[in-house]
Amino acid sequence: MNPFDFLTQTLRIAIPYLFAASGGVIAERAGIISLSLEGYMLTGAFSATLGTFYSGSPWIGLLCGILGGLVFGLIHALATIRYRADQVVVGIAINLLAIGVTRFFLQLAFESSSNSPRIEGFGASAAARGFDNPLLWMGLLSAPVLAFFLYKTRYGLRVRAVGEHPDAAASVGISVARIRYLSVALSGMLAALGGVFLALDQHQFTDQMTAGRGFIAVAAVIFGRWDPVRAALACLLFAAAETLQIQLQGTEVIASQFVSMIPYVLTIIALAGVVGRAVPPAALGKTGE
Amino acid sequence: MTTPAPASTERGAYAIRMQGIDKSFGPVRANREATLEVVTGEIHALVGENGAGKSTLMRILGGLQKPDAGTLEVNGRDVTGWTTSDAIAAGIGVVHQHFMLVSTLTVAENIVLGEEPVSGGRFDEARANSEVEALSKETGLKVSADRRIADLSVGEAQRVEILKTLFRGARILVLDEPTAVLSPPEVRELWTVLRRLREGGGTIVLITHRLDEVIDISDTITVMRAGETVARLRTSETTPAQIAKAMVGRDVALTSRDEISALGASMPGGAGSTEFKASSDMSSALNVTELVVLGSRGTHEVDGVTLSIRPGEILGIAGVEGNGQTELIEALAGLRPCASGSIRLDGHDVTYKSVAERRSAGLSHIPEDRHRRGLILDYSIADNLVLGLQEAFSTRGMLNGANISSNAKRQIEAFDIRPPSAVLPARALSGGNQQKVVVAREMGREFSVLLASQPTRGVDVGAIEFIHSRLREARAAGKAVLLVSAELNEVLALSDRVAVMYRGRFAAVLPVAEATEDVLGEYMIGMKTDEAVA
Repeated sequence: MNPFDFLTQTLRIAIPYLFAASGGVIAERAGIISLSLEGYMLTGAFSATLGTFYSGSPWIGLLCGILGGLVFGLIHALATIRYRADQVVVGIAINLLAIGVTRFFLQLAFESSSNSPRIEGFGASAAARGFDNPLLWMGLLSAPVLAFFLYKTRYGLRVRAVGEHPDAAASVGISVARIRYLSVALSGMLAALGGVFLALDQHQFTDQMTAGRGFIAVAAVIFGRWDPVRAALACLLFAAAETLQIQLQGTEVIASQFVSMIPYVLTIIALAGVVGRAVPPAALGKTGE
Repeated sequence: MTTPAPASTERGAYAIRMQGIDKSFGPVRANREATLEVVTGEIHALVGENGAGKSTLMRILGGLQKPDAGTLEVNGRDVTGWTTSDAIAAGIGVVHQHFMLVSTLTVAENIVLGEEPVSGGRFDEARANSEVEALSKETGLKVSADRRIADLSVGEAQRVEILKTLFRGARILVLDEPTAVLSPPEVRELWTVLRRLREGGGTIVLITHRLDEVIDISDTITVMRAGETVARLRTSETTPAQIAKAMVGRDVALTSRDEISALGASMPGGAGSTEFKASSDMSSALNVTELVVLGSRGTHEVDGVTLSIRPGEILGIAGVEGNGQTELIEALAGLRPCASGSIRLDGHDVTYKSVAERRSAGLSHIPEDRHRRGLILDYSIADNLVLGLQEAFSTRGMLNGANISSNAKRQIEAFDIRPPSAVLPARALSGGNQQKVVVAREMGREFSVLLASQPTRGVDVGAIEFIHSRLREARAAGKAVLLVSAELNEVLALSDRVAVMYRGRFAAVLPVAEATEDVLGEYMIGMKTDEAVA
């Protein structure tokens, strides 16, 4: 395989991770544990399929995907912020809910339990090798844009303050709940875009098509120590490992299973503090009084 | 202050006027008919025991809570029931006891948070820094704008808190227990700052329960008890004893140092008492040699401490918090591993023994943070009283309910825990009574060595008095006590010898007679250091 193919393949695998990891970073920096990325992605993929199928336009599909992620993000936000439910439990519940809801509507809309009919996608030209897909560029830009937002704008400063010390933020008149609602909603929309990319790229929705990618993104967030750019680099690294693993399948060099372990092994190493201490936002997961 | 405090008939002269304030939380009446009148340009001390309603009153002032009844006037304007942002806009600044600072952000970012300067959609960091530096210069509160809060000392962090309120234009400053974490020189510096603010026309409300501070700095005093305002005194016309009496509603044995040394000879087990002189040639109860304890990042938090305590002796450790006291106590209790050195309890080496083994060997421990280590807040008082002693209260592997409740009944009575109900969760008690539960469990059993870490932190005067007398009784009964306290007065009032801890080592060890606040202060901030063993 030539290096260029390796690069395009890596990017194609990385884009869903990049969107989801950005979504994870923004929610967690505001103090809300983001285990629900998988659910957002799945919802995004299904909503995009539905929208594209009925309108014939992937752009409409993209909007529907964002909307789906927004709805699930708001459910998550409502449960964790308003009703102060345990954030880990809610995250897992959102994932299960997404599986159930998409499966239900898959049956209802397309009378199938496995996949949707074929839909349109972005990037018609084979010569462009996917580089004419606007979602590819959005995915690549998501991390630098998020970094600018977090570190260079006043709202970013407030998000970081809320995730570290919500009482301090509240004492100067910042609405902690508002910042968190916005962050989790944004998280849902961003992660959903990862699912949108998947569905449009494969020109269909299949049951549980996200297949654990949301959890790889969670690992990237931790491995990237809650920084958008480092998390994006982690996504690229994980995607490169996956590409390598695909290439190694059928060869005798090394069992491909070992290569697929790379993201998880790296995350465990990161959590164990080998490459600098991974210090989460101080108020992460605390529901408050 | 240029003019003397005018008579209370002159309405406009009041910066704050709260009248007939009522506030209930469920069945608890935090404020009943509370009154607070603060004249513009004065330093006003608001004192009272824990749970007296001071904080609630200040939360109402700051807009965090709305009163059920009563009126609040600020600068002559009726603002009853206003919001936090109204209060900030009207120039009220609250410096909370627990710092409201985001440790990962810089000084400047914390100060401007919520009112960030913006240019072209971006947060203007340069302008934030320069504005903060200008304010710092103007007020004399020295900070460096671009340092991260995590890297600051407590004193510096407090300056940031004060600057934060001044940045928002505060003219009325409320400080909640500001000196709890400061060393004596830092306290003096704070007083200078507060006096300067007063000279500039600022009004200051100081919440505290340290009477010496009240006398030092305030112009007027309001005393609260059980939600009510019980006295309004002019500082120049009152004494600590009068204030203490108003606070608890009866006469209190003040443990100020002079009184102790005056009483020493006649008090059983008091400082300078001869009762246990016989023990000087007995072997020591606790013996620590060259102890090294590592912090979470591999730093030497305790760096070669040697000490020994005889039965019937209290060794007090003074020092600014964060100089290794916590790690020392935790290592002695068995909660933290020792990197090197040894710990001997009644002659037996326990350096590598577990917490349980040390406890059964006669070690008791009053931990510094009762919520984190001392109690399980959702357990009943009875259950909290047998924590760690379950073995003794079990028969054939089952907890013996009858024994546990009779133990609870006995302890509640002996340690005056209120309300006297064994089934209440610990959470329902006031700070002072929670601490009494811990003290009862640790001191109401057989022990030979007691580690008492911040034993009276955040408890009221009545409970302080009670716990102090228990510690003296323990000494009289021949127990060895290691006392760590951020309250210098407490260390001086109770200890036979005083060690000063600075950067993980003993900078000085003095007999209490030679230890004065000034001498200790120099060691506490590292101006002087002798390599000392206690």
